[in-house]
Amino acid sequence: MRERHGEKVKKIFIEEQYCIGCRLCEIYCQVRHSKSRKILKAFRKELQSIVSRVTVEEIGYNSFAIQCRHCADAPCVDACISGAMIKNENTGVVICDQDRCVGCWSCIMVCPYGVIKRDISGRKVASKCDLCFGEEVPVCVKNCPNEALKFTDTDPDTASAKLG
Amino acid sequence: MPLKLDLSEFEVLRDTQKCIECEVCVRQCSNDVHEFDTDDSRVYSDSIKCVGCHRCESLCPTGAIKIKKKDPEFKENYNWSITHLKNIYKQSDAGGVILTGMGSDRPNTVYWDKILLNASQVTNPSIDPLREPMEIKTFIGRKPDMLEIEKGDTGYRIKSQMTPQLELSTPVLFSAMSYGSISLNACRSLAAAAAEYGIFYNTGEGGLHRDLRKYADCTIVQVASGRFGVSRDYLENAAAIEIKIGQGAKPGIGGHLPGEKVTGDISSTRMIPEGTDAISPAPHHDIYSIEDLAQLIYALKEATDYSKPVGVKVSAVHNIAPIASGIVRAGADFVAIDGFRGGTGAAPQVIRDNVGIPIELALASVDTRLREEGIRHKASIIVAGSIRSSSDAVKAIALGADAVYIATAALVAMGCHLCQKCYTGKCNWGIATQDPYLTKRLNPEIGTRRLLNLLRAWSLEIKEILGGAGINAVESLRGNREQLRGFGLSERELSILGIKHAGEAW
Repeated sequence: MRERHGEKVKKIFIEEQYCIGCRLCEIYCQVRHSKSRKILKAFRKELQSIVSRVTVEEIGYNSFAIQCRHCADAPCVDACISGAMIKNENTGVVICDQDRCVGCWSCIMVCPYGVIKRDISGRKVASKCDLCFGEEVPVCVKNCPNEALKFTDTDPDTASAKLG
Repeated sequence: MPLKLDLSEFEVLRDTQKCIECEVCVRQCSNDVHEFDTDDSRVYSDSIKCVGCHRCESLCPTGAIKIKKKDPEFKENYNWSITHLKNIYKQSDAGGVILTGMGSDRPNTVYWDKILLNASQVTNPSIDPLREPMEIKTFIGRKPDMLEIEKGDTGYRIKSQMTPQLELSTPVLFSAMSYGSISLNACRSLAAAAAEYGIFYNTGEGGLHRDLRKYADCTIVQVASGRFGVSRDYLENAAAIEIKIGQGAKPGIGGHLPGEKVTGDISSTRMIPEGTDAISPAPHHDIYSIEDLAQLIYALKEATDYSKPVGVKVSAVHNIAPIASGIVRAGADFVAIDGFRGGTGAAPQVIRDNVGIPIELALASVDTRLREEGIRHKASIIVAGSIRSSSDAVKAIALGADAVYIATAALVAMGCHLCQKCYTGKCNWGIATQDPYLTKRLNPEIGTRRLLNLLRAWSLEIKEILGGAGINAVESLRGNREQLRGFGLSERELSILGIKHAGEAW
């Protein structure tokens, strides 16, 4: 599926063969979305209120980190009853405007990847990956110790294998 | 708790002020040191299981963990050192040979550290390698007795019959490490880095994995006593062949990859049934003399149509000089000598720490002997066994080596912390393991990049050292022992090394 206007946008991809299941992506995501943005303070004082927008799925030794795919035809946008879930026409990024979100969870029901989370720490809202708006590279990608997470416009799975 | 005399080697210090109970350490430790207690919401650590690989310390996002060496403070006794006591405790507990990994850690003399390099002052100019040409390209292989050049229609050309050579962009090669002893991702990193930088890597004795066939042009394949994976295809998918007689860490000792590690890919790569022990006999059962060795060398040359160099790797032992002379006379195109401090994936500790001689002395005596006999040009010398830095490499070349093999240094570049537990198969850095949960930890893209950086850094340093000495080609350094001075060494050591003492001049 192509993005609107045929433009390619950068997305987060996972090379699951190199995901080591350390979950540092989750930790840094929580820090990034905390108030203080300081790891010790966030985990000491805010942990209850911060949801990681990336999740590491794990079965046996297989693991991968998954977060919002920012679908071209995002079903969450269509399902949203309050107009909180918006897809930016230019960047292709799907963002949840938490001020407008009414916490009906319709988006969660339709999300084919199960990557929208419930944030019930305050008023119920949907919480999802915002590609770390304002950062050059999302923090999960930046802090992946094995470079399994990539921020690129080419899906590494479809690109030809680079190494053996 | 049963009586346990062996004590923990390390202590895990956790700063609870900084620990955020994220459990990264719990997930990363293959030795089950860390455990999250759900009742207390705290991570507890069992120091006795810690091997000191520092994986948790490296990945802890808050720097809460520190792994500290913990030596039990027994009553001081120079003779009965803690090492001896610990070994006896272990052996009286288990009744077996103590296994270990990597090179010897004993405080024996490292001759590289007792040798100093020269630099130009006043009487000859030094060279700035960043502004002037500097050649460190190296050729490995037999050189002709005489080089005849003739003028052709299009220019000059070499008239002498040339033998196959390996062309190295820098005088460094990756030493033999088999798929089995290290993970496929580690092999991939080595192969890809060698290919990109224009050097060679060595498959070791574990066969050649199908994914690595594409790196044939930079592959040295090994034919060892177990003959694992040796086939027509194997020999053809290589730039050179190395017959492995011995390994510096365990001269005279064979290898044993337990059956449980011989699974899927490893079994097909080694060409042995799954689940069978991969045993490399201590000797080659068809080599009991130099003449037998010559037969194997020429059998391999015949099999490959004399298209690639065939070398022999031996460990540095007492009579290394006549052995090397025999190897050269047997027709080897290069002799690889692996010193006393060389690494391994598994070796009996008693062998590793007590058998063999230091590579510096072995190299000097081999180079001297081959020169005396007028056959030094007939084979290249590659030295291995703890080349730790570019200066070690330069000193080795000045002592007479053509190039150096590095393995431990390459592993360190990929993350190894020398915990010496390679033989357990639990390498937390994803290097010396086949556990799919652990091998993922070495992303070959990162491994390759780090190896390339290391090669680039060492090459730059080699050029700097050469430039400082007023030498503009590595060829002019080879065997140029006048560039070296020893210090703190005895007359005898200096005479074996063939170098003057610091302070001695022409």
